[in-house]
Amino acid sequence: MTLKKTMFAGLGISFLSAFSTIASADEVKITLPQLNVAEYHAPYVAVWLADSRKKRVEDIAVWYDVDMKDDEGEKWLKDLRLWWRRSGRTLDMPVDGVSGATRRPGEYTIDLHNSLSAQPAGDYILYVEAARELGGREVLEIPISLPVTTPLSQTANGENELESIELTLEPK
Amino acid sequence: MKKHLLIGLSAAALLAASPLASAHRMWIKPTTTVVSGENEWISFDGAIANGIFTPDHYAMPLDLLTATSPSGKTVQLQHQQRLKYRSVFDLELTEKGTYKVASASNTLMARWTDDNGERHMWPGRGKTGTLEEFKQQVPANADVAQTSRKIEVFVTAGAPTDSVLKNTGEGLEMVAHTHPNDAYTGEDITFGFTIDGEKAVGASVVVVKEGEKYRDNNDDMKLTTDEQGNITLNVDEPGMYWLEAEYEDSKAKAPASKRMGTYITTIEVLPL
Repeated sequence: MTLKKTMFAGLGISFLSAFSTIASADEVKITLPQLNVAEYHAPYVAVWLADSRKKRVEDIAVWYDVDMKDDEGEKWLKDLRLWWRRSGRTLDMPVDGVSGATRRPGEYTIDLHNSLSAQPAGDYILYVEAARELGGREVLEIPISLPVTTPLSQTANGENELESIELTLEPK
Repeated sequence: MKKHLLIGLSAAALLAASPLASAHRMWIKPTTTVVSGENEWISFDGAIANGIFTPDHYAMPLDLLTATSPSGKTVQLQHQQRLKYRSVFDLELTEKGTYKVASASNTLMARWTDDNGERHMWPGRGKTGTLEEFKQQVPANADVAQTSRKIEVFVTAGAPTDSVLKNTGEGLEMVAHTHPNDAYTGEDITFGFTIDGEKAVGASVVVVKEGEKYRDNNDDMKLTTDEQGNITLNVDEPGMYWLEAEYEDSKAKAPASKRMGTYITTIEVLPL
């Protein structure tokens, strides 16, 4: 099941990149690394948009153990330390449209169109934070200036818990 | 005054419990200060020791500690156990917000030398006193101090709240300009201190980072409260920090001539 999902996601990516000129692609591609560890747990991942003062503007995705009984997965949300302080600790999880299940290593694409089109002009930061049980934590960020006037593609590479994030924005 | 003396029972007991109270340092250390999830537990250690967070001397008596929930309910200290050098207990955090575990006391303490040159103290070690006994037992020439002691630690489920941070206006207390469960490296951490509700100007504050045992020098941070009774810290390294503030002046109410206060807390500084 997991494998199948990954493959679909993978197909989606290649499709989009092949036809990126026609796709109005406001998206971020998140690549979770394959890690050679004895006991692997899929990472918790938070994706959010912040203003230039690093204040949370919108939570875009939070992947965690949503299906555990008695909401036990929420116990580890605090390990997404930056997100927890900026946003998570004041939320009542799960949040519709934001909460989702953890993902295994692979490429995942998140559509940002609705998140970005709703924002007034200005400077923002897209954050992606990952924390893994018995593993580490990593935060990547990419600055965004809205509105976008020229097609933009920007990548940030991680060192341990995130392989890379790639932001693609198109002018409207 | 009578109330002070009655509250003072616990202080006397706590002091008496430590044979060398002045030389040792009291601490309560939570295993963590911030939790997420619906129903979380935090475990605590408490001791009166030479080492900060290294229990090596005396286990803290737990009967003097009270835990308060964000909504003001008294919370049971669960799984209480007094071990040889440390006491342990757990707190179940069923409400969202900030909890407090604390012990506070405000008492009179007297010292004097009698005609034979013998030194006395009141209340005696391991004893507790009443106002009646004070009048009967303490001579007029005694050196009497109004002494407050407070130890408190805070832990938070979800987002930090302020309800348990309210001060009583008695003794030396901390005013949390920075929420104690919202301290981060690289950001100013500001605490104020008050004595009987007034700004405690010139109080001496010492802050010790955990891991003292593994350092050649203890690297204590020594600070003095400013004209507003405040101190500001900015630390580079995350970790548990023990903080003790001491204050003394001569603005005591009779029969005391000195006013002394000690305040202790533990702050976890988190990285971002």
